[in-house]
Amino acid sequence: MNVLEVRGLSKSFGGIQAVSDVSFDLGEGEFLALIGPNGAGKTTCFNMLNGYLKPDRGSVKLGGRELIGVKPRRIWRMGVGRTFQITETFRSMTVLENVQMALISHHRETGNLFSRATRMHVDKAMSLLETISMADYANRACSELAYGDLKRLELAVALAHEPKLLLMDEPTAGMAPSERIALMALTAEIVARERLSVIFTEHDMDVVFAHSHRIIVLNRGELIAEGTGDEIRANPHVQEVYLGGGTVFENTGATADA
Amino acid sequence: MSFYFAQLLTGLANASSLFLISCGLSIIFGVTRIVNFAHGSFYMIGAYVAYSTITTLDFGILGFWGGVIFASIVVGLVGLLVEVTILRRIYHAPELFQLVATFGLVLIIQDLTLAIWGPQDYLGPRAPGLDRAVRIFGEPIPEYDLALIVIGPLVLAAIWVLFHRTRWGVLVRAATQDREMIGALGVNQAWLFSAAFMLGAFLAGLGGALQVPRESVNLQMDLSVIGQAFVVVVIGGMGSVTGAFVAAVLISVLNAFAVLLFPQISLVLPFLVMAVVLIVRPYGLFGKPGSGHGPAAEPEQPMRLMSKGEAGLLAVFVALLALSPLFAANYTMVLLIDLLVATLFAVSLHFLMGVGGMVSFGHAAYFGLGAYAAALGVKFLGLGMIPAMILGPIAGGLGALLFGWFCVRLSGVYLAMLTLAAAQILWGVTFQWQEFTGGDDGILGVWPASWAKSNQAYFYVAFVLCLGGIWLLQRVAHSPFGYTLRGGRDSAIRAEAIGINLKRHQWMGFTLAGAVAGLAGVVFAFSKGSVFPDTLAISKSVDGLVMVLLGGIHSLAGPILGAGVFVLIEDWVTKLEFWRFIFGVIILVVVLAAPDGVAGGVSRLRGLFSRRTKDGEAAQ
Repeated sequence: MNVLEVRGLSKSFGGIQAVSDVSFDLGEGEFLALIGPNGAGKTTCFNMLNGYLKPDRGSVKLGGRELIGVKPRRIWRMGVGRTFQITETFRSMTVLENVQMALISHHRETGNLFSRATRMHVDKAMSLLETISMADYANRACSELAYGDLKRLELAVALAHEPKLLLMDEPTAGMAPSERIALMALTAEIVARERLSVIFTEHDMDVVFAHSHRIIVLNRGELIAEGTGDEIRANPHVQEVYLGGGTVFENTGATADA
Repeated sequence: MSFYFAQLLTGLANASSLFLISCGLSIIFGVTRIVNFAHGSFYMIGAYVAYSTITTLDFGILGFWGGVIFASIVVGLVGLLVEVTILRRIYHAPELFQLVATFGLVLIIQDLTLAIWGPQDYLGPRAPGLDRAVRIFGEPIPEYDLALIVIGPLVLAAIWVLFHRTRWGVLVRAATQDREMIGALGVNQAWLFSAAFMLGAFLAGLGGALQVPRESVNLQMDLSVIGQAFVVVVIGGMGSVTGAFVAAVLISVLNAFAVLLFPQISLVLPFLVMAVVLIVRPYGLFGKPGSGHGPAAEPEQPMRLMSKGEAGLLAVFVALLALSPLFAANYTMVLLIDLLVATLFAVSLHFLMGVGGMVSFGHAAYFGLGAYAAALGVKFLGLGMIPAMILGPIAGGLGALLFGWFCVRLSGVYLAMLTLAAAQILWGVTFQWQEFTGGDDGILGVWPASWAKSNQAYFYVAFVLCLGGIWLLQRVAHSPFGYTLRGGRDSAIRAEAIGINLKRHQWMGFTLAGAVAGLAGVVFAFSKGSVFPDTLAISKSVDGLVMVLLGGIHSLAGPILGAGVFVLIEDWVTKLEFWRFIFGVIILVVVLAAPDGVAGGVSRLRGLFSRRTKDGEAAQ
């Protein structure tokens, strides 16, 4: 059964058609990459999936339930986790407290006036930090972390309420190449173990071809191709779109374990 | 019909003077992001200098206009001096620091003006050549009003040319949109900011000087005009000069007609208009959201619970306080009660600002609501002390529930302005609703129950209620609710992304802070036996801000230390002549020398000390 069904998604800003009539499905446990040159409509598309933008037309169904018109926080409650292109964390809290906040919210305890927040859900939060190998950082102030660590922390926060679907907007943007590979390998491992479904946007083709099960290519707001890494590489239309960008579609060897 | 036309002309003349005061404020905010409380003081200096020049020189038409221009230039230079010596050092400080620093300037300028010109009001001469009234449709219209109606748009046109036809103006507009970018492009920001500030001060001085023929020159001019000027700038959109003009016309013309229906409305109307505009257009009529990236700020450290040693120290201090009636003098008891009230008020404001990230310029509203609710309960319902005391926090909470609903829709400086508007509306109502609130005469006879009459007994009432309130808010700050507020302050996007309805939490946080401020107000009312409108005036709100700032905003202990230091300084300074000047200087020194407050200073000292000992150990 499909986790997510997107049908006829369209959005224009003023006279510019940012996304037009995009439809695709996402299967359970699938790792789907959304790619395209700059300005292709990836982020617009993404923001319509997570509720930050309202499309002009179209529907997005999560397990049969419509997401269009639902507030981002409700979409999260329906079992969708997300990470941001530029990390968003609670800077004045520790790493552990950031994860605890997600758990507190998940258990609907944010209205609690008298418990000590730092003593709640400690075990669960620590085990989440262990999955991303950040248990040693638990009591570090978030503001002291390196960027790559913040990205990993966001992943732990996104996993806190055991989502069915994970939306990752350029998960490796701003990271060093070695960190990119490590983060995505970690994500792939968690996704496989938890039977999560993932949609991510990405510019780094090594990352895309290495980890995605399926790829969707957008150009000027339209879906121009869909398929596995090899199919996308061989697609002449995609090559044409990317040719000016200088991206090389060769199997570089980094794709071994998709 | 002719009467209404005359009324319209009066409105337009008022609009011109309001515009002159406000546009400088808007320019200064746009470029430097400083909410300049001292703008009203510049306006006042302009009026005084113009009065002295015009009356001494007495050269007829030339002398009058020469005096006006001279006064404006003097004020422009004063502005330059202030910018270079003080404000330049705090551009990177949080907006609260800047606001409090400029309020320090207000105090200093008030006393300097008092020292130079004395306490009396001055009635300025009419403008030579414009001292008669002309009849328009049979109604007498002062010629000077007509001149003002022309001057306002002329100044607007001159600023437009300056901003659109000169390189400097283009830089100013660019800085208004994104001042970090302007700096990155290699523009000398210091020079740009100084020039913009000088221009703003010049315009304020011009506004003040042009008022001389219309109203008396007095020491209350500064604060009476600044509230209205804020409103105009916010309605127009901060940084927009055209917006300031439209807003000034809107308010003045509305006011000219509204007073025909409700004579009392003039104090409240501008703030009502502002509240409506901000809800419909959160950035004002012509405003745009500023660039997201502000100056880099030092990150706040995570909260931690008290260590055993600190808890012990606190216990000793509380025990000493509890035993103080046994050995302290009567006067000390009064001071200690003041201290408890001030601390609770500061803690409630800190909860809102430090924990919730909602900077309030009008927190006294809820303090005053609590005080008035108790006083009215005693006066009209004949309630005893305890039932009246229960009314206070309820009234403060309900008031905050109502105004908070509007306020949490905004953020940053716009939120702060709306809280100021809310407080001014309440202040206006209490001031003008003579039959119910007693107006300026206040409500007397709010005395404690007979068992709590002595200072010692009432001290224990205050002790229990205030420490209870402080304990409650400290507890909540460490609770999931407090963490949620702090998280929302750090990143609203992240809060939404983990399923938190931030606005609702902020609304409830606002209400809680209001209720606790109401509790402080109640304790205050019964300790003084009376309430007056100044319990919800701007200066009371600023007192709270100064306390929070003195203590340091990044620490839960900050407001407690801050209130303590504040009350002690206030008790000492207000006995002196020119205490405002001294107090203003103290504020400036704190802002410039200890931007993280007393608590920050203590922790820095501790950091220095522990580093020393570590170095010492390492050396051995």
